Amino acid sequence: MLLIPCPFCGPRPELEFRYGGQAHIARPENPAALSDGEWAEFLYLRDNVRGVHAERWRHIHGCARFFNMLRDTTTDRILTTYKTGEPRPEAV
Amino acid sequence: MSDLVETAELTEAETIGADGVSLEALPPFARFIFRGPEGAAQAVTEAFGISLPREACRARVAADRAALWLGPDEWLLLAPQSDEAAIADEATSRAGALPFSLVDVSHRQVAFRLSGPRAATVLSGGNPLDLDLSAFPVGMCTRTVLAKAEIVLWRTGPDSFHIEVWRSFAPYVRDFLREHMREFGN
Ligand SMILES: [Zn+2]
Repeated sequence: MLLIPCPFCGPRPELEFRYGGQAHIARPENPAALSDGEWAEFLYLRDNVRGVHAERWRHIHGCARFFNMLRDTTTDRILTTYKTGEPRPEAV
Repeated sequence: MSDLVETAELTEAETIGADGVSLEALPPFARFIFRGPEGAAQAVTEAFGISLPREACRARVAADRAALWLGPDEWLLLAPQSDEAAIADEATSRAGALPFSLVDVSHRQVAFRLSGPRAATVLSGGNPLDLDLSAFPVGMCTRTVLAKAEIVLWRTGPDSFHIEVWRSFAPYVRDFLREHMREFGN
């Protein structure tokens, strides 16, 4: 079974986690100022990276915290995990 | 909605004749989920009488109460049922104006004890954690899964586990464990 290193609990089985989509997407500070196109982009458009992808995960059946992960989408190798709010690390 | 599962119903089932492992439903507890920042955690520490463990996945016990780390700002507090109101009052008055949440979940969950030299083996039938003593020592606790149900697993002794489960999942967890205990039946 794949082990995912939770920044709080350490390596844990993948069954305890849920995927949470692309990371580092900031909600626009003033949504009313956006055009429909820009708003739709914020809501729906996501990168489809071939290679290292920054994404959110949640240790739902553990500490229940969200955190971020760098994962290579071609190999499924987890490069690193880090707490929400921390900057994206350099790809290892 | 399904009928409420009474704690008594969980104990009524026939006992399984298994070697080296036994399962029992524990009596009701007062249970609280406390969530809050450092200041409020300190206030609850004083109110509850146990220093809330800051180390991940660790439980701390004093007399007949226990505090279990569930997340970096989340703890499960266990105490005798009769202390329920006193704990809430004491914590609320000590925390004062600090922001925190203290939710009485006494009736949301029920508890089992699985014990015996084969307890870890039976749990491993449905739980993916490494339950070797070196990886999951006495005093370790965590939310995790047992087959299709979410549980809180707490190792209270080398061969003894305390299992917290939401009430409606309790018959499933009990039956799942009993099924795996049959492997050691006589
Ligand atoms: Zn975790």
